[in-house]
Amino acid sequence: MFSFIAKRLVSGIVLLFVVATGTFFLAHAAIGDPTPGLLGNSATAVQQDALRHKIGVDRPLLTQFWDWLSHAVTGDFGTSWRTFTPVNADLAQRLPVTLSIVVFATLLSAVFGVIIGVACGLRPGSVLDRILKFASVVLFALPGYWVAIVLVNVFALGLGWFNAVGYVDPVVSVGGWIQSITLPSIALALGAIVMVAEQLRNGFLEINNQDYVRTLRARGLSKGRVTRHVLRNASPAALTVLAMMFVGLLGGAIVVELVFYLPGIGQLTQQSSQNGNIPVLLGLTVVTVVFVVVINFLLDLVLGWVNPKVRDR
Amino acid sequence: MTAAPFPTNLAPVKRVSLLRRFMRKPAGVIALVVMVLIVLSAVLAPWLAPFDPNLVNFKITNAGPGNGHLLGGDSAGRDILSRLLYGGQLTLFGALITCVSAVLIGVPAGVCSGYFGGVTDRICTWISDGLQSIPGLIMLMVVAAGTGQSFPVLMVVLGLFMAPGYFRITRGRAMAVRKEPYIDAARVSGVTNPRILRTHMARAVYPPIVVQSALTAGIAIGMQAGLQFLGIGSAQTPSWGQMMANGMQVIQNYPLILLWPSIALGLTIAALAFIGTTLADLISVRVERPTRRMRLKARQLLVTPPATADLPNRVASGEHAHRVEDCALRIDNLRVGYPAPDGVKEVVRGVSLDAAPGEVLGIVGESGSGKTQTMFSVLDLLPAGGTAVADGIYVGGKEVGKLSTTARAALLGRSIGYVPQEPMTNLDPSYTIEHQLVEPLRHVQGMAKEDARKRAREVLVRVGIKDPERVLKSYPHQISGGMAQRVLIAGAVSGRPSLLVADEPTTALDVTVQAEVLELLRELQQEYGMALVIVTHNFGVVADICDRVVVMKDGRIVESGPVERIFRQPENPYTAELIAASLDDAEGRHELDRAWAGAPAAHVGGEEDAR
Repeated sequence: MFSFIAKRLVSGIVLLFVVATGTFFLAHAAIGDPTPGLLGNSATAVQQDALRHKIGVDRPLLTQFWDWLSHAVTGDFGTSWRTFTPVNADLAQRLPVTLSIVVFATLLSAVFGVIIGVACGLRPGSVLDRILKFASVVLFALPGYWVAIVLVNVFALGLGWFNAVGYVDPVVSVGGWIQSITLPSIALALGAIVMVAEQLRNGFLEINNQDYVRTLRARGLSKGRVTRHVLRNASPAALTVLAMMFVGLLGGAIVVELVFYLPGIGQLTQQSSQNGNIPVLLGLTVVTVVFVVVINFLLDLVLGWVNPKVRDR
Repeated sequence: MTAAPFPTNLAPVKRVSLLRRFMRKPAGVIALVVMVLIVLSAVLAPWLAPFDPNLVNFKITNAGPGNGHLLGGDSAGRDILSRLLYGGQLTLFGALITCVSAVLIGVPAGVCSGYFGGVTDRICTWISDGLQSIPGLIMLMVVAAGTGQSFPVLMVVLGLFMAPGYFRITRGRAMAVRKEPYIDAARVSGVTNPRILRTHMARAVYPPIVVQSALTAGIAIGMQAGLQFLGIGSAQTPSWGQMMANGMQVIQNYPLILLWPSIALGLTIAALAFIGTTLADLISVRVERPTRRMRLKARQLLVTPPATADLPNRVASGEHAHRVEDCALRIDNLRVGYPAPDGVKEVVRGVSLDAAPGEVLGIVGESGSGKTQTMFSVLDLLPAGGTAVADGIYVGGKEVGKLSTTARAALLGRSIGYVPQEPMTNLDPSYTIEHQLVEPLRHVQGMAKEDARKRAREVLVRVGIKDPERVLKSYPHQISGGMAQRVLIAGAVSGRPSLLVADEPTTALDVTVQAEVLELLRELQQEYGMALVIVTHNFGVVADICDRVVVMKDGRIVESGPVERIFRQPENPYTAELIAASLDDAEGRHELDRAWAGAPAAHVGGEEDAR
């Protein structure tokens, strides 16, 4: 078990390093000279030179990389090239908003995905099962922001049920916070809910055909007890989909935030991309990948607990 | 062994017929028509569009539909319809670039990874997993920071992030194909690797790649519009995402401006998704679950066959050796059927047999003879869709055939014990042996936790397991097949049933273990005074342990009687054939020789062994 954990951890750290390095050189290769983007086209050559010197892009690329990396491993992502405030402060301000809706959306996907998946797995061919099949076709491909726009139109503008836009800090009002993240989370989660449910439903049917399930029935165990065995064996695939959905939700949140005017990392990503603000972009990339690595690590732990074969590997 | 009631080896899907079958699915056809219309309108945009998409006419700023502008004007005073048509061009072109680059990256990598395996496979898989755990949109924003105006570059990068989907499919297929014997044959006969890959692989991966492309195109279109929505792309080139961003700004006052591009985007993606899943349904050879109506019809036909039906032997086959009240198990005229296109496919066609307490009955026959289906009917655990109809099924002298499903299930684990065929697939891999033995004792027999544990340990010792503590703590994958079969026998007898049903209990085991397990079954049967019904294809097993034997063929009993008599004087040629075919098996040879003393071999080299 210990070597299993260690292996996954090392793999995650290597991935993080590769992504960080790759993004650093990709960003510098793509952007080249960031000063026109940062200062605007009206800036003079002198102003550009001064900025270039100030942010250190006049140094050799490898020096810049080493400088960035040696700070990044301590958790310091440098200063924004535009506002000259620490990137960490920007992230600390924006991430809670994004994580609020992403985590809430993940919870929604897990809870409703399991409920719907089990209901359909127990009664394949039922009305609910057919609705799930149809919904999974449509919602799998439709982007979250598209759903978000529909939801904003129907619930916020049409019916006036929720705040259409804006974010309420939980420190200010917990009720307001929940209200402000509910619609964005639902918009994000709908696709993930049907994917998790569909996965669990198919897994359920597959496991139901396994020899050992018939043997469990032949031992006289009740339906509920047999279902518990089936669910446990069907869950690894659904959990894997759920973890993959988390990655998708992080990316999807960027656009959904803009639909709801939420001050999360979406706006920050958009502005930094337009300005060529590389330290902020790098910080955003690394932090999101850290979250993904952590989620995948947790997934591995849960999978190891659910499926004893994984532990022995 | 569960005989598959449906043909699972359908002929390979041909491309011509794939299109024709696609055309029979209404959802697929509608989606395809919609998609064709979208493509046509985008391609023909220069001729269809009534205005220049960038022409500004302040008179139609935020205007509703009308005045020659079918969908009205946007907030900058441009014709919405014209912009939608031209925007479609960019959308579809982008999706095409993404699909092509994802295929070009993912497919070759997947083929190499699956075909060559080893280090190549590990590296490629690691990269693929890595790509899947990076939020693609953020990376696209990084790339867009430098190449903001160039959508083709962005769509190629998106293709890189979509490549793992293709990688997984082709890798899986390549691994499957590599294991096929014909690939080995091709390699032995000197065909080079690249040539094998081209000819054999291309055909195997073609259908799933088409499906994946439909889905990838849908996702690419969504991502692309998302990027445009975020303000990436040239202001001069009309795009749906840009139009949606524009519409968002005036959503409070002019919601229609947002509506049109949203409809276009949603419709395109939904059409692609439906095309993809319709194709996926067509190429996956999936056994359809029979509907309730089909099951009822099959049952009806089993109970009262139509007068014209070609079911000649309506009378039961086989005979009873004991009085009803003396039987541990008695079956009267059992028929088992599965729904088929023409009504019902009968796999058991009138079977009667019985077994008394303390008696060992063998049911012998090759695969497809209906022996396993007969046994599952006794347990009331037929595979999905199966229906059993009988004049009577008696357990312990009582008629149970007419009881409800719940009442039948209550017999299991109490009156009837079941020993399955494959020990390794019949233990739940996620639970310890202890849990699997203790759970029925607690929840079926109603024992207290500690008593159940003690009992489980005792039974394990009884079935010949030397270190019960270790086995109890083990998971199924940590013990051997022979040990797993002992655990399953322990589970079957721990509820002290009066009838033990065993389905080919030794077939999956090593030859040396087979004899031990048979011996154990015989001992337990005598110790507990159970009736043992043992299903097998092997006359060696029959010779070893059975008192009486029933020989089945094509769902009917062809011969039954005491073992001695059957071996000495098989009345039916099929029985003689089966006996001859079993002669090569090592176990039970002495008994066979004894039984056969003096009798000439009736027939040599008969049917292929069932397994």
